[in-house]
Amino acid sequence: MLKKRIIPCLDVDRGRVVKGVNFVDLIDAGDPVEQAKIYNSEGADELCFLDITASSDDRETLFEVVKKTAENCFIPLTVGGGVRTIDDISRLLHHGADKVSINTAAVENIDLVAKAAKKYGSSTIVIAVDAKKNGDKSWNIFTHGGRKPTDIDALEYCIEVANLGAGEILLTSMDRDGTKIGFDNELLSTVSSSIDIPVIASGGVGNLEHFVEGVLKGGASALLAASIFHFGEYSIKDVKTYLAEQNIAVRI
Amino acid sequence: MKLVIINYGSGNLHSVHKAFEAVNNNLENPYEIIVTNTPSEILNADKLVLPGVGAFQDCKNAIHKIGGLFESLEQVVIEEKKAFMGICVGMQLLAEKSLEFGECEGFGWIPGEVIKIEAPADYKIPHMGWNEVTFRNHELLNNISQNTDFYFVHSYYFRTQKNENCIATTKYPNPITAAVLKENIFGTQFHPEKSHNNGKQIITNFLEWEPS
Repeated sequence: MLKKRIIPCLDVDRGRVVKGVNFVDLIDAGDPVEQAKIYNSEGADELCFLDITASSDDRETLFEVVKKTAENCFIPLTVGGGVRTIDDISRLLHHGADKVSINTAAVENIDLVAKAAKKYGSSTIVIAVDAKKNGDKSWNIFTHGGRKPTDIDALEYCIEVANLGAGEILLTSMDRDGTKIGFDNELLSTVSSSIDIPVIASGGVGNLEHFVEGVLKGGASALLAASIFHFGEYSIKDVKTYLAEQNIAVRI
Repeated sequence: MKLVIINYGSGNLHSVHKAFEAVNNNLENPYEIIVTNTPSEILNADKLVLPGVGAFQDCKNAIHKIGGLFESLEQVVIEEKKAFMGICVGMQLLAEKSLEFGECEGFGWIPGEVIKIEAPADYKIPHMGWNEVTFRNHELLNNISQNTDFYFVHSYYFRTQKNENCIATTKYPNPITAAVLKENIFGTQFHPEKSHNNGKQIITNFLEWEPS
């Protein structure tokens, strides 16, 4: 049976982890490569780096981080943040990313989705969607790291990018992000039941039960979390053991 | 001994190269690993690896665009019977044809065709993630337990004409070819380079394999 994937996400700023794990035995807690290695050995199914470096001059550091991670961690690595062009995608893949996640650039230039999927294969292209509730079963998407509202309907947008060849949707609830009250399972199930491609749940996970709900109520194929792992509240193994106890197939 | 990883611009080239390097460094007699698309270097290879992601036709065209590349592969794999491993689309290319984006001819090294995964509506396509593999015993699957999880990403699969060429399968929920084998030609639908320790074991087995 296909397993539900658990994906830890690291925010990377100028090549350094922001809000990293407080592992005591870590030589350099700010080194994304060191953190990735730990997640890798703990049984993470994939890794995700979100580059939040503001200045494009400083973005070169990311490539080195991706390269070193790929040399050490033999599980899929998704990299996103500031990806704007086919050339950005190409450089990330060349440095060892397995998938590239695109957010704002896909909204501003929807052709990029089809072009990228055609050139590198659908499975390489993840479309990251930041969605905020604006009514009953209705969500709008935001761009620029959640700072800029749009009047684009989240569900319609997800259907469109799926048709254009996106391989996966990384769906973040802006209402839930950072709240620790659970994923927005209504958003997840609305999108997931309307498209064929996998949906990765993101935003709001605060305890083990939330992971279960993301699968059973949200219909997510994969579950992404950041702070719950970083602050050491739960390990990847804790999450997988709990999911397995609830009869959800995971890779142990 | 030379192991050549074919470079025709495939997206997973880097990952495949790094995984093979990591495994190779632990071997008693490591290979010289060369990443190239130069026919003269391919002709000197003792083992060959063909990575591949993306669309079947794009990969096929990219290979044929490089003058003499396909001919050198045929010489080494079909004539000289050197060990060959295809990964993902690099494995699908071994088929006679693919039906992805219209019909497209493959290498025709293993009888069969590449067709869309047929699954019930609540099964997501692409088939993406870790899934269990069952297999026929073979030295290429040494030190792997039945039902071990490997990482898959694909929407099409290789339906071999002969059962004997399909040595491993996964279920989604119908059986899908996970690995093919014909004499010196081996291929995996899953990504060993992304399947953590079990993936490394497959690479180890391939590096140690001496097809008879």
